Amino acid sequence: MPEAGLLAILPMNEIVFFLNKVVIAGFIIGSVYALGAVGVTLIFGILRFAHFPHGDMMTAGAFVALVLLWIFPGAGAAVGLPTAFVLMPIAMAVTALFAVGLDRTFYRPMRKAGVKPVVMVMTSIGVMLMMQGLLRLFAGTGTRQLYVDTDAKDIYRIPLGGRDLVITEPQLLLFATTIVAVVALHLFLTRSRMGKAMRAVSDNPDLARVSGISIDHVVRTTWLIAGALAAAGGTLLALDVTLKPDLSYNIILPIFAAAIVGGVGQPYGAIAGGLLVGFSETLAVFNWSVLLRPLRPYLPEFIEIPAKLAFVPTEYKIVVPFFILVAVLIWRPTGIFKGRVNI
Amino acid sequence: MSPSLREAGLFAGLALLVAGIFAWLGAAYGVRMLAEAACYAIIALGLTIQWGYAGLFNVGLMGFVAIAAFTTVLVSFPVNDAFWQGDGPVMLGQVALTLVIGVAVTILLSRSTRIGLPKGLRTALTLVAAAITYLAVQGQLDPAATLIEREAGFVGGLGLPVWMGWVAGGLVAGLLGWAMGRITLGLRADYMAIATLGIAEIVKAFLKNADWLTRGTLTVSPLPWPVPTPQELGFVASRSAYLAVTAVMIVVLYVLLERAWHSPWGRMMRAIRDNEVSAAAMGKDINRRRLEMFIVGNFIIGLGGAALITFTTIFDPSSFAPLNHTFLIWVMVILGGAGNNLGAIFGALLVYVIWIMSEPVAVFLFTTAEQWGESLFGWEAPSDLYTRALQMRVFVIGLTITLVLRFAPKGLLPEKVVKYD
Amino acid sequence: MPLLEMTNIHGGYGGANILNGVSIAIDADQIGVIVGPNGAGKSTTLKALFGLLKVGEGSVVFDGRTVTNMAPEKLVLEGLSYVPQEFNVFPTMSVEENLEMGAYVRRDGFRHLIDQVYGFFPPLKDKRRQPAGELSGGQRQMVAIGRALMTEPRLLLLDEPTAGLSPRYMGEIFDRIIAVNKAGVGILMVEQNARQALALAHRGFVLAGGQNRFTGTGAELLADPDVAKSFLGGGADHA
Repeated sequence: MPEAGLLAILPMNEIVFFLNKVVIAGFIIGSVYALGAVGVTLIFGILRFAHFPHGDMMTAGAFVALVLLWIFPGAGAAVGLPTAFVLMPIAMAVTALFAVGLDRTFYRPMRKAGVKPVVMVMTSIGVMLMMQGLLRLFAGTGTRQLYVDTDAKDIYRIPLGGRDLVITEPQLLLFATTIVAVVALHLFLTRSRMGKAMRAVSDNPDLARVSGISIDHVVRTTWLIAGALAAAGGTLLALDVTLKPDLSYNIILPIFAAAIVGGVGQPYGAIAGGLLVGFSETLAVFNWSVLLRPLRPYLPEFIEIPAKLAFVPTEYKIVVPFFILVAVLIWRPTGIFKGRVNI
Repeated sequence: MSPSLREAGLFAGLALLVAGIFAWLGAAYGVRMLAEAACYAIIALGLTIQWGYAGLFNVGLMGFVAIAAFTTVLVSFPVNDAFWQGDGPVMLGQVALTLVIGVAVTILLSRSTRIGLPKGLRTALTLVAAAITYLAVQGQLDPAATLIEREAGFVGGLGLPVWMGWVAGGLVAGLLGWAMGRITLGLRADYMAIATLGIAEIVKAFLKNADWLTRGTLTVSPLPWPVPTPQELGFVASRSAYLAVTAVMIVVLYVLLERAWHSPWGRMMRAIRDNEVSAAAMGKDINRRRLEMFIVGNFIIGLGGAALITFTTIFDPSSFAPLNHTFLIWVMVILGGAGNNLGAIFGALLVYVIWIMSEPVAVFLFTTAEQWGESLFGWEAPSDLYTRALQMRVFVIGLTITLVLRFAPKGLLPEKVVKYD
Repeated sequence: MPLLEMTNIHGGYGGANILNGVSIAIDADQIGVIVGPNGAGKSTTLKALFGLLKVGEGSVVFDGRTVTNMAPEKLVLEGLSYVPQEFNVFPTMSVEENLEMGAYVRRDGFRHLIDQVYGFFPPLKDKRRQPAGELSGGQRQMVAIGRALMTEPRLLLLDEPTAGLSPRYMGEIFDRIIAVNKAGVGILMVEQNARQALALAHRGFVLAGGQNRFTGTGAELLADPDVAKSFLGGGADHA
């Protein structure tokens, strides 16, 4: 077979390594960023401020899932999926209501008082600190597992010439959820009356108001969606790795980068931006010398391949979204998908 | 109530509070608290320039404090002979040379359109040069870092006087501010907040991981003091001397800032902050003025940060938490009254006293709750209750921010509106 | 009884009053035109009427009901509709979605209304899937008016509908406005192109300094030499 011949000359081992470390890993973390960035970008588009507590909202959603896990530990075994995933819709609903409550308590009074956007941002930073404090007060600072004993963390291995392509069950669930969320969001924004009203408010709030669109309803829907997606992102991330209460700053920066790269106020841009930031991170910390090693016989003697050849050492991963952010802000402040919000 | 009476009343109340703490916990504790509060007051003055005067939203204070503190270590920590006698300096010199050449080539290439190269080619060449420079520097630095860490631990300091370290710290913080300001000042406040938060996290990541330079998580101590140390003079006298130094700094900065604020330059700054559009229409170069404010503010923040870390005698890169060095100071400034120098100083002292006192209070509350819970309901408290109790303070800081912004947006000592004739 | 009666309106932004006693009255099915120099308070009058700025003194009665300082979203339900001068479409949404947003307050079917709008503005039908922000100025204006018609208003408020349009489009927009009016919708519009606008007005109002200066039928005002001298630029036709 010709394919077999091709496979034989290709360095499959290294390619699969690359797929595992960059493509799959990038898609996973990118999906999490995308789920967060959609919320951030919708809030920015409708309410015109950067929502700093979004990372904590994701963590809070995961904790809601954890609490539900304690209450209904057998829910997963009944369907054969991880319990936390089965309970995720409830966690999403709870977090969505929580987000609306957050708006009612802290943001709406400021909005009614007509404060400057920068004061809204600072209020959101205050809310971020409160959420961090509460999360750590109730949950401590240690990491937790979102798996119960009855859950089996299935790992799928697809053999591809030597090395296996590895993908775990939570990762598959994450892919599936992201795709479902994207399609649902698309249908909502383009087909439903409320979805179109959201786009209208994001496009031109004054005109939306004179058209009789209730800004309050739109704002509430925005928080519901943002909260639900944040909970999904947080829960799935916690399922894939572990549940950490101090994710906040580490995740909010890539999420903002994703939202800004995608063009603020553009949900599709946020999804693309999330994936872009995710792939950039995995590409940047990837050890390229693994891919160069098969070339060893063809290279002249004096070129040595260093043991570690990554663009960015893993400890500095946070530099990646920051550079993307700064580069976009300098060269194309409207984002790749031309955001509607003026700088 | 007239503003000056209000000021006098608030400061008198604060003095009573401090006196009470002295009586309760002793002079050594009280002076330590005041000395630290004074350092925070200096940082708060720097932030009030940025936020109160120029409306600049800097949430990366931690980064500027950390970089200034590190510079102080580099300048004033005793010389590490093991490093200077080894191959380290030569290797670092080579790294520096590579860096200079690489940056020069990159800059030249980025200007190459002037000799007729097409734009696309220019961009491509510039990026390639930047990438090669980066990889070359990284490639040379790795062995140098390994060698230094193995033979000398870290590079050590230059053994210069502490005040030079502080000024250098302020200058480096100002320089970082210049670089940041160039990028972010034209953007809306949200983006500036995100970008400054990002730079702070990066500075922290760098200081934490560059063991050859900062000893990383091993920390550097004891840092030299500008005044005799407690070992020589005893706690109260030595800390009082330190407090005197910082107090003098506050007074000097306060006088300078008040004068600047009432000069034509200060008037222009207020005009820009209050009405950007009309100020621009009058031909003011807004971003340039803002850049000045940002740099001056960061210089002062760096100065205060260097003094603060020096006082603690230990440089620990992992200790630069956004909470202590960013949001605590933000609360000081907005509670005290943004745009009012006296307000910033008052806010710094008050908030720091409350912050310090809240620790024993929180622990007391939680231990009591634990005992009650245990005796009444048989509740078994988590073992990390103590650290968790301290998280309550994070909550309180956040709550204070939201409450002040909502109910007292001008702070306790509001900015005095200057009347023009 | 007039459809709309604004009596002695005072109001403005913050402290300064822009309107110092404006009175406007038009009957159902009429076209009313407000003209006057820059800063006369023409657009402000429309905004005060539509609840976009606070009326300090005076009353607005629409169809026998007092609607002074009522919120815009309520006024839409009362049968008023407003087209701002600028930023009057949703730029990233398609033409048809813009029209749907106009019908947002309606709970019943509105398909026939969209067809009616396409009847008034045939060019929009071909462009109905195109984002409104990509249309030409005149077509965008058609979308804006069409959006406002989707609530089946009895009175349509237009703020300078021909601002920035070429003469060809200006004429077309005026023709459409007449057609809309013929279909039974009252019109109150602010116009810079005073002559053309007064020519089609049943009622004309010349404002200056936030007060009525002249009031009459369009024809009367055009014929009045004082109006012509002070507000219509001598006698020259600007178009």
